[in-house]
Amino acid sequence: MTKLTIVANDGTNFEVDAEDGSTVMENAIRNAVPGIEAECGGACACATCHVYVDDDWSEVVGSPDVMEEDMLDFAYDVRPTSRLSCQIKVKPELDGLVVHVPERQA
Amino acid sequence: MTQSVETDVVIIGAGPVGLFAVFELGLLDLECHLIDILDRPGGQCAELYPEKPIYDIPAWPVISGQDLTDRLMEQIKPFNPQFHFNRMVTALRKLDDGRFEVETDEDEVLRAKVVVVAAGGGSFQPKRPPIPGIEAFEGHSVFYAVRRMEEFRDHDLLIVGGGDSALDWTLNLHPIANSVTLVHRRPQFRAADDSVNKMFALRDEGALRFEVGQVSALSGEDGQLRSATLKGPESEFEVECTRLLPFFGLTMKLGPIADWGLNLHENLITVDTEKFETSEAGIFAIGDINWYPGKLKLILSGFHEAALMAQAARRIVRPDERVVFQYTTSSTSLQKKLGVK
Ligand SMILES: Cc1cc2nc3c(=O)[nH]c(=O)nc-3n(C[C@H](O)[C@H](O)[C@H](O)COP(=O)(O)OP(=O)(O)OC[C@H]3O[C@@H](n4cnc5c(N)ncnc54)[C@H](O)[C@@H]3O)c2cc1C
Ligand code: FES
Repeated sequence: MTKLTIVANDGTNFEVDAEDGSTVMENAIRNAVPGIEAECGGACACATCHVYVDDDWSEVVGSPDVMEEDMLDFAYDVRPTSRLSCQIKVKPELDGLVVHVPERQA
Repeated sequence: MTQSVETDVVIIGAGPVGLFAVFELGLLDLECHLIDILDRPGGQCAELYPEKPIYDIPAWPVISGQDLTDRLMEQIKPFNPQFHFNRMVTALRKLDDGRFEVETDEDEVLRAKVVVVAAGGGSFQPKRPPIPGIEAFEGHSVFYAVRRMEEFRDHDLLIVGGGDSALDWTLNLHPIANSVTLVHRRPQFRAADDSVNKMFALRDEGALRFEVGQVSALSGEDGQLRSATLKGPESEFEVECTRLLPFFGLTMKLGPIADWGLNLHENLITVDTEKFETSEAGIFAIGDINWYPGKLKLILSGFHEAALMAQAARRIVRPDERVVFQYTTSSTSLQKKLGVK
């Protein structure tokens, strides 16, 4: 189990024990984190699971691949730390990861 | 002038389920016309995930959304389905003679004894970028598609996006516009290389502007746009513009289906599980658009629904003829229809 903190846009912290191999999006949905819509169910086809990775974690999490980068074009207020949470796989190195939910999804 | 078509069955939606319905109806000698707002068949499979693998199509351990679509097209070819793409079905009504009339936004009507709603998650429509207050400008200064280029003549255009639509309209409209600014959040595009090169060449000549950034606010009054605020990598700045064209891809909206008087369950059409008929006899609903207890939104469920629907449709279109159950493997008459030699 890996600990994640998903910070909703109103500041509420959702602390989650996530299974390795699951995605950050799946954990957000399972815990009903507001603001993560995930319309396409994790297929990197909707950009409604957009999050900002906390600055301290940005490097560890890494940058999006080409497909995800293309999909991010459909998200709103994309920043250098933006990721689609369905494309972040939980693994032991991410223990303690913090991500922030944006104001809105596209 | 209004175009009109008479046929056995009109299918609304050319997603995987609408396509397979052609096959099942075709085996029973029913001729079909299909209507879709997209410009090609395949629905979600072709629009949302053409390259992605599907693992639960029986007998295909893995197949991509586009391959599934292509194979369905091949499978239904013997039945010569007629496609009406790029139009939205706006109205569906019953005629005095018991048939139905389906109307599209391209000034055409189709009449048939049976209508099959295979509209999936609804029609694909342009996504509205969540820019505060954008609604007030829609239809006046903000447009999600170009229907007539003339409407953009002599305007200062702001075009947003990084795909083919954004690039194509930038190239097509710049000769007639007063000015064109293309905005994209990064200098890479998901568009044909040729268009990207042309756009950069025009920018270098000073014929148009390209800015890296995202639109964060709009200003103007009474629906008339005056300028937009762009958030660039370093700073925020204003761009003067009188028309905004955002190209942020498509999303599915139920659309006019809700107004057709059919019984709904949370925006899905309620059907029985014997024939997948709606609350209106002669109108069927199959695939993602329908609801019944235990419904699963899977392609394979939609295929099953199509097969049962077809039997009932045949009884409506040809009430006097008996339908004999046959296998494609062994029936010479079915094989003849399929063109098997
Ligand atoms: C990312 C993703 C992955 C998926 N993976 C799987 C999977 O692994 N296995 C599986 O079984 N399913 C999967 N699905 C679900 C599957 O794609 C759907 O069940 C399937 O597409 C439903 O087919 P359909 O023909 O009912 O509707 P759709 O594919 O939604 O097609 C409906 C068509 O109707 C058109 N339409 C609707 N209203 C109108 C109107 N008024 N006028 C004109 N046209 C209209 C739409 O434009 C659309 O093209 C997935 C879906 C997504 C998004
Ligand atoms: S859930 Fe659709 S892109 Fe992540």
